This record gives sequence, structure tokens and C-alpha cells, in this order.
Amino acid sequence: MSTSTGAAASATSYEARFRVWRGDADGGGLHDFRVEVNDGEVVLDIIHRIQATQAPDLAVRWNCKAGKCGSCSAEVNGRPRLMCMTRMTDFARDETLTVTPLRAFPVLRDLVTDVSFNYEKAREVPGFVPPPGVAAGEYRMDQVDVDRSQEFRKCIECYLCQNTCHVVRDHEENKTAFAGPRFLMRVAELDMHPLDAAAQAGLDRRRTAQEEHGLGYCNITKCCTDVCPEGIKITDNALIPLKERAADRKYDPLVWLGSKIRRRGAASGPGA
Amino acid sequence: MTQPERSQWDVVVVGAGGAGLRAAIAARESGARTAVICKSLFGKAHTVMAEGGIAASMGNVNAGDNWQVHFRDTMRGGKFLNQWRMAELHAKEAPERVWELETWGALFDRTPDGRISQRNFGGHQFPRLAHVGDRTGLELIRTLQQKIVSLQQEDFRETGAYESRLRVFQECTATRVLKDGDRVSGAFCYARDSGDFFVLEAPSVVLATGGIGKSFKVTSNSWEYTGDGHALALLAGAPLINMEFVQFHPTGMIWPPSVKGLLVTESVRGDGGVLRNTEGKRFMFDYVPDVFKEQYAESEEEGDRWYDDPDTNRRPPELLPRDEVARAINSEVKAGRGSPHGGVFLDVSTRMSPEVIKRRLPSMYHQFKELADVDITAEAMEVGPTCHYVMGGVAVDSDSAAALGVPGLFAAGEVAGGMHGSNRLGGNSLSDLLVFGRRAGAHAAAYAGSLTARPAVDDVQVDEAAAEALRPFSAEDGAGTPSVPAPDSPGAQAPPAQAPPTEAPPAESPYTLHQELQQTMNDLVGIIRRAEEMEEALVRLGELRARARRAGVAGHRRFNPGWHLALDLRNMLLVGECVARAALERTESRGGHTREDWPSMDAAWRRVNLHCALADPAGTLAAADPERGQIALTRRETPPVRPDLLALFEKEELVKYLAEEEFHE
Ligand SMILES: Cc1cc2nc3c(=O)[nH]c(=O)nc-3n(C[C@H](O)[C@H](O)[C@H](O)COP(=O)(O)OP(=O)(O)OC[C@H]3O[C@@H](n4cnc5c(N)ncnc54)[C@H](O)[C@@H]3O)c2cc1C
Ligand code: SF4
Ligand code: SF4
Ligand code: FES
Repeated sequence: MSTSTGAAASATSYEARFRVWRGDADGGGLHDFRVEVNDGEVVLDIIHRIQATQAPDLAVRWNCKAGKCGSCSAEVNGRPRLMCMTRMTDFARDETLTVTPLRAFPVLRDLVTDVSFNYEKAREVPGFVPPPGVAAGEYRMDQVDVDRSQEFRKCIECYLCQNTCHVVRDHEENKTAFAGPRFLMRVAELDMHPLDAAAQAGLDRRRTAQEEHGLGYCNITKCCTDVCPEGIKITDNALIPLKERAADRKYDPLVWLGSKIRRRGAASGPGA
Repeated sequence: MTQPERSQWDVVVVGAGGAGLRAAIAARESGARTAVICKSLFGKAHTVMAEGGIAASMGNVNAGDNWQVHFRDTMRGGKFLNQWRMAELHAKEAPERVWELETWGALFDRTPDGRISQRNFGGHQFPRLAHVGDRTGLELIRTLQQKIVSLQQEDFRETGAYESRLRVFQECTATRVLKDGDRVSGAFCYARDSGDFFVLEAPSVVLATGGIGKSFKVTSNSWEYTGDGHALALLAGAPLINMEFVQFHPTGMIWPPSVKGLLVTESVRGDGGVLRNTEGKRFMFDYVPDVFKEQYAESEEEGDRWYDDPDTNRRPPELLPRDEVARAINSEVKAGRGSPHGGVFLDVSTRMSPEVIKRRLPSMYHQFKELADVDITAEAMEVGPTCHYVMGGVAVDSDSAAALGVPGLFAAGEVAGGMHGSNRLGGNSLSDLLVFGRRAGAHAAAYAGSLTARPAVDDVQVDEAAAEALRPFSAEDGAGTPSVPAPDSPGAQAPPAQAPPTEAPPAESPYTLHQELQQTMNDLVGIIRRAEEMEEALVRLGELRARARRAGVAGHRRFNPGWHLALDLRNMLLVGECVARAALERTESRGGHTREDWPSMDAAWRRVNLHCALADPAGTLAAADPERGQIALTRRETPPVRPDLLALFEKEELVKYLAEEEFHE
């Protein structure tokens, strides 16, 4: 698809060819632009230049321009990416870049899609349950025990994984039953939190992952992991372990109970 | 035009960063029906970018830390101009606010004994910044976001609706605070996606809109930072203070041009990174000012020993407050000792192993690798100052966060002034957001609950706000030409003068106006200031203001960024003028305000706050006349520091800051 012309081709500006999807819910199409590219620029810079010089009402979402907020997700030559972290040197100078909105979500306008699906799914995952009897300031957790959940908390909610997962990418009908990789990972994150007291509160996160958030739909293809700009090993570190834990839970509740007690024992706060 | 939809709330919070979300949680927990409105998607506010950490004297790493030490550091950092009561509350309450986050699910990095780890930062005497690698802001915002979702889940269980007591209006912008007499009655807003107008009626409005950095060309700030809250307060009749104090962070990326200004976190220095000039010299040793002589190492050896043995050594001068480091870098570059792209070198590669660097500074590693082809584990970074934070903001009551003179208006976070005085210490913003966000939310709820009748929303104000917001569409009609240069004109910088001449003055491109505004502020009211340049800036701002009246947009109202920018221009111009006027007036150098023509700090200015207010509050903001400014300044004397707080300092230190007569009060 794209070959790198590398650093050798830098130092001067050139004119690139862009095809940008413009339109709204009623339809639209690709529009051609010729636009200047300078040293070190990323796709978002070029979109902004198109906006400032040729199409002032071109709709695009962005915020930090530093890969930290997860706003600028789009598809560049069909590949879901953050526009602010996609460098122009990743493409040959004579290549036409096609920029289109995320495919799994309804278009609002141009490159902006309606991502409310994700906010609805976020609401369906019950939040952290604080351990009863442990006062604020008394939480004690070892670094090794928080490493795993911290990896998942690196998520910038760009929804590229949600957009890519084949379970919903072309299957609108699965959206009700399936939370998607980002929110299954959220369940895993809470399940692996050393002090989460969901179990004591009568909430079985593994069972709900399976029964309410559609974990069973995932057939571990790892496409979500491939597109994650944060490099989170969603499938290996969150989804597969969650599946194993859910299976454990089904077949051998004692194993699960044992591990929960051991982990609680590692904490030294009062009441833990 | 259809009438804007109206909904009724007890508290409206404008902004969903750390301050806004914490305020919303407090308001909702006080029983107020609360609406939050924000320009970006929920969870993507500027706070998400914060890297280094959140300052709180928990004493987990050095037990010698306590609120008094934190208070002292904050006052020193702000060169004693801080609203001291805020600095006191902040230092006292920050630990509780951080611990509370853990009960909501936050996962900070840990000490070996399982507590929250704390790291060193400029101006903080002890390791004090709770952190998660270098993505602390993300952890903060996600935790608050998830707490809000938890509250909505609670409401769902009780009422059957997630949004019955707490609702987030994402990708919506407030353009006016509405008033009933002198009281707040709500906010006028538009939805970015549909372009529809709506009114949130409420007796209390909390401004939590963040900063103003997008008025400057080289900045670490995101597009949201157009000074909206500052402008909303001014327009509602509430004064701003300390607007002359703008923080330039010493270390922004400088190469390649497209990332110029992007932040390089101070943790790089906190964890051992050093600054060198082209001669390889650690130049910061030459720039320790008198007031800080006792607290900083005199030799590289002592500075290096400090990382392992902070009790018997003094800290390296790379960890001076930001204003000092930024000025030093500026001087080195001016003296011809700068790096190839006009900065200096920041090096961790010779100080830590690649593994440690990747673990402690993962985003920095990533950022340089991805965006600049620089491997920071093997080579030095090139850095230079970047506009980062505004100390100035809405003048507030320290305890309640209530804006002066406008009942029902509150402000917290970066949009509020006073807390940081003339210069903010790193890490003191995230803690500020939580401490004063919570206070603002609680007091806003209490105020709303105390009223016997709801203030009424005035239809005339709503109509005026709608007309104001629609102006950019008719600007184009008047001109009869497209508002932007033709597609074939070269580059983004094309001056509008190249547009073909027409009878009516041509509509102006909001993008061009914005670029010119940024260049003006950067060049003329930047890190080092001179009277003539600021006078020139005021003239140019006046001209831009007149041209901005003709800012026009193409297309329709649905998700139209050109329109959104045209509306933001009003705010950036107001705020830019505040900065320039206050900076011209203050004839001394202090913290984030450096005058080449007035290079020293003057104790007589320490107790003077410059209040910015609208020059013509009843006017229509027409201001088409470039000569007449929109902002009037007044000098206000600040109350003396409470004696028990002054007693936390040695007399020898106080004489450096306080005027002689203050010792006799
Ligand atoms: C790169 C970077 C790193 C930083 N690192 C640190 C750090 O390590 N430690 C630290 O203490 N500080 C740090 N800071 C500073 C700190 O992040 C900010 O000062 C702080 O996050 C501001 O938070 P806030 O809640 O006031 O506003 P923000 O988080 O900026 O939120 C503002 C909100 O207001 C909304 N808004 C604005 N205008 C309107 C309007 N008209 N209508 C509706 N909504 C509106 C926005 O959409 C947004 O939701 C850093 C800053 C930057 C830029
Ligand atoms: S691994 Fe599972 S969640 Fe990820 S893309 Fe494949 S099916 Fe979807
Ligand atoms: S897991 Fe990765 S790809 Fe998915 S939303 Fe989070 S950051 Fe984006
Ligand atoms: S703009 Fe924030 S991730 Fe791209």
C-alpha cells in the first residue's frame, strides 16, 4: 500500500494529492485536493491546511495534536489511525492519500462520526467498587499488582479498536449485544484491580463480561490490538485472560475465590 | 429562526476538564441537578494532556513534607503575589483530593511499600507529584469521567434515567452567560454538530474553561484554549486579575516545525535530565537568582548527589521554577549558544539507562521517536520555551470560588486567577483543579439552593446572543466574495490582501485572522516584553478587532469549524488585550512577566493586582474603532498575608519580597 521514502526525501516542501471524504448522513463522496506538505508534518497538519486555505468548513475532530486525547481518529488509505500521529513520510510523495471517516460509526459530517455508541457501552459497565472499610489514604497496592490494569488505563478512547473489530465493523446488528474491545478491556481492568470489591457487593464481573457484554463474540483475531495507537495488548492481556477467568469461574468457582482472597491478603489497609 | 430549546438546572458547569468534572461531582453530590457543557467529547478536555503529575504533600517518599512546606514552595514560585488564602487551602486539601481519586478507581504509580509514589519537580522542596508514568492527566480525567458515569448509574437505578441529575452536553459551546439584573440566570450555547442554539437555565454557572494559549503561536495548548471562560466572565461583568502573567514552559519541542511548542514534560528534569548549551555546558548554574541562592546546588557534583541524597545536598538549578529556566534558555539562545534549531539541549540519554527512560518517560520516548525521529535514550532533545499556562483569570473569593460582583458566577481551574500568583509550579495545576473544582461545585449548589425564586432568563438577551452567534454568516453576504483565498493561492499564510478587490470590504478568513493574532501575541507580548512592542500589539489588536467584525464563513451551521473559530475570535481578542494592557501597565519583572525595560522585581508592585474589566459594559462590543480598547484596568491593593502564614518563612527570605512597611503592619 504505502512505501516509505524516509528521511532522505525531507528538507523541502512538496505538493501532495489528497482525497478527502466530504458529506453527511445523506451521502457524500471523495473530494480532490492538492496541498503543500512541509518537513515533519502529519496528516492532521495537511487536513488543517486544506481547512485554512481551501475548505474552511471541512469538519474534523481533533484536540491535542499529540496522540493523547484520541479525538482525531479516521481512516487513512483504509487503515484506522490517529491523524495527528500519522507522518507524511510514511507515504510516497506521489501517492494519493485517501482520508475517510471511521466506518463503524454513523457520519455526522465529513470526517466526524457519531461515536455515541461508545458512551452508551461505557455506561453499561459498572464502575469501580471501593473496598468497604478502607479509608481514603489507606489504599496499599504493590506496583506489580497494578501493572496490568495500568496498561489498560493507558487507553485514550480513540475507538480505533471499536471501529476495527469485525464483530461490529460490518454488523450493525451485533452492536446491542457486544461492548467491543475497549469496554471488554474495561471489565478486565476492573476485574484485575487489586482492590475492586465488586465480588463482595454481589457483582460477578466475569459472568457479566460473558452474559451482558458479549465476550463470547470475540474470536481473538487481534485486529483490535493491531490498530491500538497506545500499543495496548488488548487481546493477549485483557480479552484472553478474561475469557480464561470466565471459564474458570464457570467450572471451578473455588479457584476463583482463592485467587480473590489471596489478592486481598496482599493489601494491608484496615478491613482488607 | 426557531426558538432555542431551554432546560432547567440548578448548576451549569462550563468545561469538562479536571476542574469542571470535579465541580460537577461536588454539585451533584450536594443534591443539585447539574449540567456540564464542553467543547470536545467527554473525556478529551485539555487536562488529558497533563503529563508530570499532581502536587500534594502526602509525604509518601519524604516524610518531611507537609502542607506548610507546600504552601511555602507555592508562594515562592509565585513570587509572593499569590492570593495566599487560596495557596493555603490548596496546600491543605490537596492530599485528600488525591486519595479520594483512589477510592474512585485511580491507579497511581506505587512506592515500594504500596503507597502512591511521588516525584521531584521544579520548585518543590520534596518529591511531591503523584503520577502515572507521564500520563497523569489522562488518569485524572478518566477517573473523574468514570466517577460521573458511576453517579449516572446510581441515578439510573433510582430514577430509571441516566441523566436525571447529571448530564453532559458534549461538543457544545457556551457563548454568553445570561443574567437577570446582576445575577446569573443561565448560559446561551450552541451544539457543534447540529449548529442549533439552546439555553441552559440555572441560578449558578461554574466557569471551568481552562486557559488562553491558542492566542499565541508557539504553544503547548490545544484548540480549546481560546480564553472562552475569561471572556464570558468579562462580558458578564466579572473582573479578571493577574492577566499579565503567562507561563512559558521552558521545554517545548522546537523541531520539526509542525510540532513546535509541543510539551516536553518537566519530569525529564525531575528524573535527572540536564540542560546544556552548544558548548556542552550546564548553563543553569549561571542563572540562579538571588532569592533562590540558598536552595540550589552550586556545583554539578552537588546537584548530582542530590538525586540520591536530598537531605545533605541541594537540588540542581535545572529544577528552578519555570520562569527562571525559560528566561535562561532564552538568554543562551540570544547569546549565540543555542542548538541548531534555536533551542538548547535537554539530555537524559547520558543520565539513565534506556530501560529506565522508557519506563519513566514512556510518552516522551514515543513522542520524539514518532514525531521527530529522535531516540531520547541515545541522543539529546532540542527544546525551547512554549506558551503553556495562564496564571491570570477570573477574580474569585478564595473559599467559595465565587466571581467578584456577579452573584451565581463561580470559576475554578486554569480560568480562575490568584492561586498561582505570578508563576505556577508544575503539578500545582492538577491539584488546584480538584481542590477548587470541588469548592466551586459545592458552593454553586449551596447558592442555588439558598434562593427562593429562580432568576428569569431574559428573551432579549437570548435573541441578542443568537444574533451575535449568527453574524459570521451574514458577513459573507455583505462582501459577495468567498471568505478565503482562492484554492490555488499558496499556503496557509496567504494574506487576504490578495483577494480580488470588490465594492464592499471583503469578508475576512477567520483562519487568517487567528494566525495574525497568534503572531502578534507571540512577537510582541511574549516571553520578554518591552513597552513599545506592547503598544504596537494594542494597535494591531485593535485593527484585528475591526477586521474580525467581518470574519465570514462559508457553508452551513452543521459541524462547521470555520464558524466555530470565527466565534472564538471575540474571546481571543478580549483576552489578548487584557494580557497586553496589564503587561504594559506593570513596570517590573516578576514570575511569568518579564520586562526588558523594567528588569527587576519591585516590592511596591507585590501588593498590586491589576483588575481587567470591560471599558464599556453597556456597549455592544462594536469596537469597530481600532483606537478605543475594550478593556479598562484598575489597581487594587491586596490584603496583607496572615501573620501565622508569614511566620512560616525566615525573615531573611521575606525581606527579598516584601516592602519595608509591610513588616510594620
Ligand atoms: C501538555 C501539558 C502538560 C501539562 N502537565 C501538567 C502536569 O503535569 N501537572 C499539572 O499540574 N498541570 C499540567 N498542565 C496544566 C494543566 O493540565 C491545565 O492547567 C489543566 O488541565 C486545566 O484544567 P481545567 O479543568 O482548568 O481546564 P481543561 O481541562 O482545559 O478543560 C476546559 C474545558 O472547558 C471546555 N470549554 C472551554 N470553553 C468552553 C465553552 N465556551 N463552552 C463550553 N465548554 C468550554 C473545554 O471543552 C474543556 O472541556 C499541563 C498542561 C499542558 C498543556
Ligand atoms: S480480538 Fe476480539 S475484540 Fe479484538 S478485533 Fe478480534 S474479535 Fe474483535
Ligand atoms: S484500546 Fe487502544 S485502540 Fe482501543 S480505544 Fe483504547 S487506545 Fe484506542
Ligand atoms: S488530536 Fe489528540 S490524539 Fe490526535
